[in-house]
Amino acid sequence: MNPNFLDFEQPIAELEAKIEELRLVGNDSDVNLSEEIRKLEEKSIRLTESIFGNLTSWQISQLARHPRRPYTLDYIHRIFDHFDELHGDRSFADDPAIVGGIARLGERPVMVIGHQKGREVRDKVHRNFGMPKPEGYRKALRLMEMAERFAMPVLTFIDTPGAFPGIDAEERGQSEAIARNLREMSSLRVPVVTTVIGEGGSGGALAIGVCDHLQMLEYATYSVISPEGCASILWRSSDKAAEAADAMGLTARRLHELGIVDEVISEPLGGAHRDHDLAARRIRDSLSTRLEALGELAVTDLVERRYQRLLDYANVEERERKNED
Amino acid sequence: MSNNNWLEKILPSIRKTSENRRANVPEGLWRKCPRCDGVLYLPELERNQEVCPKCEHHMRIGARQRLDLFLDQGPRAEIGADLAPVDRLKFKDSKKYKDRLTGAQKATGEHDALVATRGHLKGLALVACAFEFRFMGGSMGSVVGSRFVRAVETCLEQRVPLVCFSASGGARMQEALFSLMQMARTSAALQRMREQRLPFISVMTDPVYGGVSASLAMLGDINVAEPNALIGFAGPRVIEQTVRQKLPEGFQRSEFLLEHGAIDMIVHRHEMRDTVHRLLAGLTGAPLEEEAAEG
Repeated sequence: MNPNFLDFEQPIAELEAKIEELRLVGNDSDVNLSEEIRKLEEKSIRLTESIFGNLTSWQISQLARHPRRPYTLDYIHRIFDHFDELHGDRSFADDPAIVGGIARLGERPVMVIGHQKGREVRDKVHRNFGMPKPEGYRKALRLMEMAERFAMPVLTFIDTPGAFPGIDAEERGQSEAIARNLREMSSLRVPVVTTVIGEGGSGGALAIGVCDHLQMLEYATYSVISPEGCASILWRSSDKAAEAADAMGLTARRLHELGIVDEVISEPLGGAHRDHDLAARRIRDSLSTRLEALGELAVTDLVERRYQRLLDYANVEERERKNED
Repeated sequence: MSNNNWLEKILPSIRKTSENRRANVPEGLWRKCPRCDGVLYLPELERNQEVCPKCEHHMRIGARQRLDLFLDQGPRAEIGADLAPVDRLKFKDSKKYKDRLTGAQKATGEHDALVATRGHLKGLALVACAFEFRFMGGSMGSVVGSRFVRAVETCLEQRVPLVCFSASGGARMQEALFSLMQMARTSAALQRMREQRLPFISVMTDPVYGGVSASLAMLGDINVAEPNALIGFAGPRVIEQTVRQKLPEGFQRSEFLLEHGAIDMIVHRHEMRDTVHRLLAGLTGAPLEEEAAEG
C-alpha cells in the first residue's frame, strides 16, 4: 500500500510503480523498453479515467481530503503574483488555520483569504488541521473590511473540516465570530468570489464563503456536517459515513444541479493532487473571467444581487394561505 | 478506590429506586423538576411560567406558549404560516425525512420549527418569533430560514423591532447544504435591519447550538439569555472528544457566556416582558409607560 494513494487509487499506484521500474531498467540497459512503457502509460490513463469516471460521493469525500491535495498556499503561490501575507486579528492572536493577504491577479490587486491545512505532522498541528478559531475569522473579517475600503475584490478559498470545536474557541465566541462574518460579507461593497478547493465543512467554511460567485473544484465537497458526523447522529454509527455522504449530496456536481454552486471547475485527470500546476491554472482562468464580469456591476447592484442570491437558497412550498388575522 | 467499588455495587439499586419513585409520580398532574428533582404540581408550574418554584429552573417551553407569555393579549398576524418544507433531496437516513416531518408535524401541530408573528409588547408594535424545540430539535432548514427572513422583511416594512427566542440544536442535516445556507440568509436579512437602524433583540433559551447559534442568535443588538441555558457553537461531547479534556464546571451555560462577554444579560422568565420592553423603548425612544394597544 502506498500511503500517498487512497484505496481506490491503488491499482493506479501499482501500474505507475511498474512504469517507473521499467524506466529505471531502460535507463540502465540497452534494451529499448519505450514501446512497452508507452503502452503501460496509455493503460494507466485508461485505468484512471475508468476509476475516476465513476466515483461515489464517499470516494469524492476522501479525495477532497487527499493527503497530497493542494492547499490554499499551494494555489496562492501558483495563481497570484506578489502575495504579501497579513497576520493577526488585532485583538487576540494570529490564527495559522486561516491565511490572508494582498496579491495580484495579473495586474489587479486582490485580497486573498483561505483556510490553510498543514502537510506534515508538525505543520498539521501548527495549522490546527485547518480548523479556525474565532481569531481566524476575525482576521478574515479585518482583511475583508480593508479590501472594501481600498476597493479590492475578495477571493476566498475554502478547505476546512469545520470551525475548531474547543474550549478556548467557545470562550472567545466562535459562534459570534462566524455569525458576524456571515452578516458583514452579505453587504461587502466589493466582489467576492469563493472557491471550494477541498473540504467545505459547515459553518466554519461558510464564514468566509458568502459570495457573488461560488465555484467548486470537481472533487471538493461542501456540506452542513461531515459525513462521519452526520452518520453518527442520524445513523448512530460513524461506519455509515458513505451512506451519509451520498444522502447529503455534498459533491460539486450534485450541488451544481441543486443550484447552490455556480460553477464546477474540472480537475486534472486523477485529481488536483496529480497536477497542482494545471489545477491552479484552471482556477486562475475562472477567477479572471469572473472578476471581469462582476467588475462591470455597479456596487449597489452587486450587493443587491448577492442578497437576492442568498434569498433564493431555499426549498419551501407555499400552502394555501390561512387567514392571517 | 475501594469506596468506588462499593458504590458501584449498590448504584444499580439506587438507580432502580429513583426510577420507581419517578413512576410513582401520578401522571397528568405532577412533574418532576429535572434539576432539583422537586415534585411539582402542574397547574402551579404553569402559573409560574414553567419555572420551577423550588430551584428557579427554566423548563423548555413550546413556541406558542412562549409567544403567549411574551406578547400582549390581542390581535396577532402570523408570518409565513403558509410556508411548508419540501424534501428536495429525498433524504433518508434510518428514517425518511418526509416521515420525520410528518411525525414532528403530528406531535407539535406545527408545520416547521419556527413561529413568527406580528404583535405588541406592552403596547409597542413588534415582530416576535420563537423556535419550537420539539419540532426536530428546533433545527433550522429552509422554512425556518424563510420565516425568519419574512419576519425581518415585515419589520423593515412596518419599521418595527424584532425579538427572536431561539431554542435549537442547529442546522437541519436532512436539508444538507440548503440548511447551511439559512445561516447566511438569516444573517444577511439582519444586516438590513441594522442598516435601517431597527433593533433586534436575540433571546437565547435552552439550548442554542451550531448553525443557529453561529448566525441569527448571536447577532442581536442586544443578546439576552434565560438563566442556565446551554449555548455554544459545538456540542459538549464533540468538544470533549476533540480536546480530550474535562470541560470546566458551568461550561457553555448562560452565566459562562455572560462572563466571557458573549451576551449582555441574563433575564429571568418572569422579568422578560418588562426587560425587553424597557430595552426596546430605550433603543426606539418609545415612552416607558404602557401604551394602549392599538386594535
